[in-house]
Amino acid sequence: MAGIPHDHYEPKTGFEKWLHSRLPIVGLAYDTLMIPTPKNLNWWWIWGIVLAFCLVLQIVTGIILVMHYTPHVDMAFASIEHIMRDVNGGHFIRYVHMNGASLFFVAVYIHMFRGLFYGSYKAPREITWIIGMLIYLAMMATGFLGYVLPWGQMSFWGATVITGLFGAIPFIGEGLQAWLLGGPAVDNATLNRFFSLHYLLPFVIAALVAVHIWAFHTTGNNNPTGVEVRRGSKEDAEKDTLPFWPYFVIKDLFALGIVMIVFFAIVGFMPNYLGHPDNYIEANPLVTPAHIVPEWYYLPFYAILRAFTADVWAVQLVSFLTGGIVDAKFFGVLAMFGAIFVMALAPWTDTSSVRSGQYRPMFKWWFRLLVLDFIVLMWVGARDTNFPHDWISLIGATYWFAYFLVILPLLGVIEKPTTPPATIEDDFNAHYPGASDAAGE
Amino acid sequence: MIRKLTTSALVALALTTGGALAAGDGGHIHDEAFSFEGPFGTYDQNQLQRGLKIYTEICSSCHGLQYVPLRSLADEGGVGFTEDQVRAYAAENFEVWDPDLADGDGDYRPAKPVDHFPKGADPLAPDLSLMAKARAGFHGPAGTGLNQLFRGMGGAEYISAFLQGFTGEEKEVAGSVLYENTAFPGGWTAMAPQLYGEDVDFDDGHANDVHHEAMDISAFLMWAAEPKMMERQHAGFVAVLLLVILTSLLYLTNKKLWAPHKGKK
Repeated sequence: MAGIPHDHYEPKTGFEKWLHSRLPIVGLAYDTLMIPTPKNLNWWWIWGIVLAFCLVLQIVTGIILVMHYTPHVDMAFASIEHIMRDVNGGHFIRYVHMNGASLFFVAVYIHMFRGLFYGSYKAPREITWIIGMLIYLAMMATGFLGYVLPWGQMSFWGATVITGLFGAIPFIGEGLQAWLLGGPAVDNATLNRFFSLHYLLPFVIAALVAVHIWAFHTTGNNNPTGVEVRRGSKEDAEKDTLPFWPYFVIKDLFALGIVMIVFFAIVGFMPNYLGHPDNYIEANPLVTPAHIVPEWYYLPFYAILRAFTADVWAVQLVSFLTGGIVDAKFFGVLAMFGAIFVMALAPWTDTSSVRSGQYRPMFKWWFRLLVLDFIVLMWVGARDTNFPHDWISLIGATYWFAYFLVILPLLGVIEKPTTPPATIEDDFNAHYPGASDAAGE
Repeated sequence: MIRKLTTSALVALALTTGGALAAGDGGHIHDEAFSFEGPFGTYDQNQLQRGLKIYTEICSSCHGLQYVPLRSLADEGGVGFTEDQVRAYAAENFEVWDPDLADGDGDYRPAKPVDHFPKGADPLAPDLSLMAKARAGFHGPAGTGLNQLFRGMGGAEYISAFLQGFTGEEKEVAGSVLYENTAFPGGWTAMAPQLYGEDVDFDDGHANDVHHEAMDISAFLMWAAEPKMMERQHAGFVAVLLLVILTSLLYLTNKKLWAPHKGKK
């Protein structure tokens, strides 16, 4: 399957040959598990496994929760309390599911920033990157839909605010919002369709994940040097790689174990830390909470949404040019989705000839600033919009766009990259001086 | 490797702390030492029974606990009543509407352990079942919520501070009286002060000044909101312990597996 030369599955017994000529499923599993993997992958490369684990964890716990949950505005909140109090182990399963969503997003953000630093998005891995962005969008949708189901105050008002974003689209917005909600406001119809979609989307994600894996199994993994595996012969390829099983499976499982220790400590000892207290109050359309704060994983993009208010000159200019069709609210919505869209453009806006950030002295600093920008936006997304939070949001949002649209294209032209090692083997041997002798055995 | 793992963990932590960024503008809530705090905290059965008595005699005249089943008063690690005590407590204190009585017309009857605590009589008084989880006492520093890592969310502290936070000032707004309270967001609440000290007498003669009463009812409401806390902590502890063993074995396996390729013997 992969472009890297390696041994393929050979059916040996009569049954294996019989099956292989009809359905090469064992061969598919073998080639997937035994894919030659760059042996210099560092610890930033473990989050893919964590993400795959999260998907399974969320689907399994979710299916159990559905057995006890009632999607009706009069009963949803009470059915959650039924799970928390009466269902055997229900409280633990629900807390795992709640915090599992947070783990999913921690993992996806680290996974994405790893890709951004090591240039994993660059040719020939653009499709892997784009599929990844689609998975991320589907995760955002799933997380949002799921947060509505407990029917607490934040569920209700979060749903009202987020669907209101679609209402900001000119001409079709109001109709679109009513169509999404199944009525003029968030109500039983909304809860039912959100429940249905929350159950559906994880399986869409699972399908996208399969395509994501298929894509990078075709191109081979990137690695910290950004240097491609030598493909001239099987011998050369074997000097740069080790098979995924057992080397990377065991390594990733060890890392997953550490992540799980932290995760279960949070579930066991502080399960509500990442939640919002208001969601333990049943939804009430007549009482608006003092602060409507989305879940933490949306905060950076929520901050970008709020950054572009009517007094920003760029907003005024666009509003003037479009004859008022793009007002501040719609501008904010465009900015929020645009912030994700510009990430998807990175394979084409990054003009550098060197893939890995390790060999790009200027890029390194701009990248670190981007990570800091992301964390600052996350912090400011949960604050009110008074001074200085409005300015911090605006500067943070501007830098986000500048990084992808201005800095990445310019750096490729003005930066003088250092020289990456000639081969992955050289990089690996430089880390492990004993390795070159061992390879000669 | 360890250094990279640490960096990785720090990044993960930095990412997650955003979650606790709850914006709070309530008054100052100071930390109290409750027995149920910390990873090995437990509910104090005597304190919960005192809190239940305060709830029954004072709070329940307006507030309800509609999500709490009366039978859960017999749960281990909680209030710890015997089944007879639960039956007696339910029948003595609460009446519930039973639609099957009076040939299907419905009638009130004394509550049984299968019933839940009733809803509140006053529609303006919020239900208290989840109040200790629906309020966060601590938000700092700088709204990051990091101090919740060390002190807990502070829901019980909020209730205790609220009950003790009345300054005695009153004002009338649009025909209803508001009472000044140092813990309540906005500073003025519609609830009149309820605890003055010696409001409830305990059989064992336990202290019943305002502070002790506020602590006891807060502890009871924490239990009402999170009755499975001790089970959860136990499950979490076992999970962490088993994962530590599994991860140690995976560490050794991984080390041995890679050693020949890294030139280590």
